[in-house]
Amino acid sequence: MDLLRFITCGSVDDGKSTLIGRLLYDSESVSLDVLAALEKRQASNGTVDLALLTDGLRAEREQGITIDVAYKYFTTPRRKFIITDAPGHVQYTRNMVTGASNADLAIVLVDARQGVIEQTRRHTLIAALLGIRHFVLAVNKMDLVGYDEAVFARIANDYAELTNHFNLPAATAIPLSALNGDNVVKRSALLPWYTGPSLLEHLESVPGASETAAPGRFQVQYVIRPQTAELPDYRGYAGQIQSGQYRRGDRVTVLPSGLESEIEAIEVNQQEVELASAPQAVVIRLRDDVDVSRGDSIVPLAEAPTPTRELEATLCWMSEQPLWPGRKLLVQHHSALVKAAIPAILYKVNVHTFARNAADSAQLNDIVRVRLKTALPLAVDTYLENRASGSFILVDELTGDTVAAGLVEAANSEYFTLPVGPPVAYSI
Amino acid sequence: MMSTPSFDYLDRLEAEAIHILREVAGQFERPALLFSGGKDSIVLTRLAEKAFRPGRFPFPLVHVDTGHNFPEVLAYRDQLAESLGEKLIVRQVEDTIKRQRLREPGGKYPSRNPLQTYTLLEVIEEFEFDACIGGARRDEEKARAKERIFSVRDEFGQWDPKRQRPELWNIYNGRIQKGENVRVFPISNWTELDVWRYIQRENIALPDIYFGHERTCVVLPTGQLLGLSEHLRLDEDDEIVTRQVRFRTVGDSTCTAAVESDAATVEDIIQDLLLAKVSERGATRLDDNISEAGMEDRKRNGYF
Repeated sequence: MDLLRFITCGSVDDGKSTLIGRLLYDSESVSLDVLAALEKRQASNGTVDLALLTDGLRAEREQGITIDVAYKYFTTPRRKFIITDAPGHVQYTRNMVTGASNADLAIVLVDARQGVIEQTRRHTLIAALLGIRHFVLAVNKMDLVGYDEAVFARIANDYAELTNHFNLPAATAIPLSALNGDNVVKRSALLPWYTGPSLLEHLESVPGASETAAPGRFQVQYVIRPQTAELPDYRGYAGQIQSGQYRRGDRVTVLPSGLESEIEAIEVNQQEVELASAPQAVVIRLRDDVDVSRGDSIVPLAEAPTPTRELEATLCWMSEQPLWPGRKLLVQHHSALVKAAIPAILYKVNVHTFARNAADSAQLNDIVRVRLKTALPLAVDTYLENRASGSFILVDELTGDTVAAGLVEAANSEYFTLPVGPPVAYSI
Repeated sequence: MMSTPSFDYLDRLEAEAIHILREVAGQFERPALLFSGGKDSIVLTRLAEKAFRPGRFPFPLVHVDTGHNFPEVLAYRDQLAESLGEKLIVRQVEDTIKRQRLREPGGKYPSRNPLQTYTLLEVIEEFEFDACIGGARRDEEKARAKERIFSVRDEFGQWDPKRQRPELWNIYNGRIQKGENVRVFPISNWTELDVWRYIQRENIALPDIYFGHERTCVVLPTGQLLGLSEHLRLDEDDEIVTRQVRFRTVGDSTCTAAVESDAATVEDIIQDLLLAKVSERGATRLDDNISEAGMEDRKRNGYF
């Protein structure tokens, strides 16, 4: 049985929390006492408000909205699912970015009465930006439009135009009613014209995460040195294989130093193995006594990235304090932590159109393209090539807060773009 | 041709947890693993073996003993620490009560759970721990579902749900200021069933009280069963019964209810769970039912 992580995008008004509640409820993942707590608070018409299954914080219940990212779990005989429930409003873009960073699939929820709206575009573009390749367009509240096929077809068509326009992966469109449970877990007789799978059937059959196709990437998290009488000279590099595969005997290079060696042994749970793959947690031992410490990468010699001290990245700015060019920060590239500066903001991305606009600063929730300089070289790939080695966060050195999510767009100055200038005023 | 291995979801959860434990080792000066003797913290010690052997754990095991613990669990704790060859630090809630002149919780079923927080904060201060690893899971409760894997607390151990750091990809930011510390939850994404399946797969030994056994219990007004112990105050009209029971969680003996069960093996327990329709905390914890925001409030006050 494998694992699928998905994010639900939409607002409370679209019935997002109800949809998640329905998935949990109909797949029998809700226990009696949780239901009893819900029933205590049930609506006067006697139906259980499934949305209350997901809104966990007091402020969220009071305001009837989702503020923070919540995680929910359910298992069917075919799969374990981790649901990331992120808020939909524009002022919570950072939470959606956070949720999307770990997801394999996005469910984009629309209200059948409204169709594709500005928010749908934003959710889709952010999910695509964060590297999600599987999309489900869940057309909810079909009960409120008389289960009309034409309504669904129009919305599915509008959405296909959107994904075509931005060259995004095609979505699977499913008509449903979260409130009544139509097509969520079971296919509904009220939608006889729809011949595709129910939402859950689709979620059970989508291909899961596969990190093994990309080149080998591994970062050292911790150096194991027992220094005991039995193991006086043992040095094991502990870390998780981020992508690809590693074999005993592979020629490797340690980055950023560039020193070369060979894999003497790979250990998984203290057993030596011939081959290990992402996402396994392993210990790698090298043939030569080279200098390796936390934050260093051990990568195959033939497919090594070139470490760089200057790169171009997309940031989602997550701090209430705006970002101004020249700001000094820390880059945390997984286990590597280095000082960095942002000499230039190249442009700001309009999250509804992907249009590039001139910007002199980044405010909370802004998506901006920047140039980044680091004090020490980093072994990165572009996010497009590798979600693991192409991602980083920015940390405020003083408060320790995470202030931005970063996606490497170019690690080689050949591919750097120019800033978008201020709008030119034409006079006639 | 490269083969494409497919990993079971337990393999993925395990790899994620080991990754988190190693981040703790890499980022902090003085971490600790909070060990309760419960199944979740027992699973953590197995994961720590996988993360750090053949080396030693880069942290001690710390147990906050309420004085109301099950004796079987304390014996298991000592034996496990010895067989692992790792350092165990035990601090007593009893001593905190004396030192800080705290008032013992009264009532018929006195729970020292709220007082654990005081002892925990004392032990954090005593050893200057900057990170405490715990076995909490997000599926246990709605407030926990929103907590980060690296959860920054102020010097009073308080959790502020509105000031949580965004947690992106599998990048964990443990940078803190003086006085702050981080609670780390490596098995956040595991459910109760996942924990049991892992225990089964790894053949992990557990304290006997997790399995069906005969026990004399008092029947609570809710119908729940509470094992008799010297800490309970009994009244004449209390109904006392002897039943075949087991415990789903292991906390204070005064506030952890037993469930009727004949389950003798881990496999039996998994079957029990698949049939069970009552969630873990609901079945067994007397302290969360008090208010719907019970856990959120306790976390804000420094609880795990």
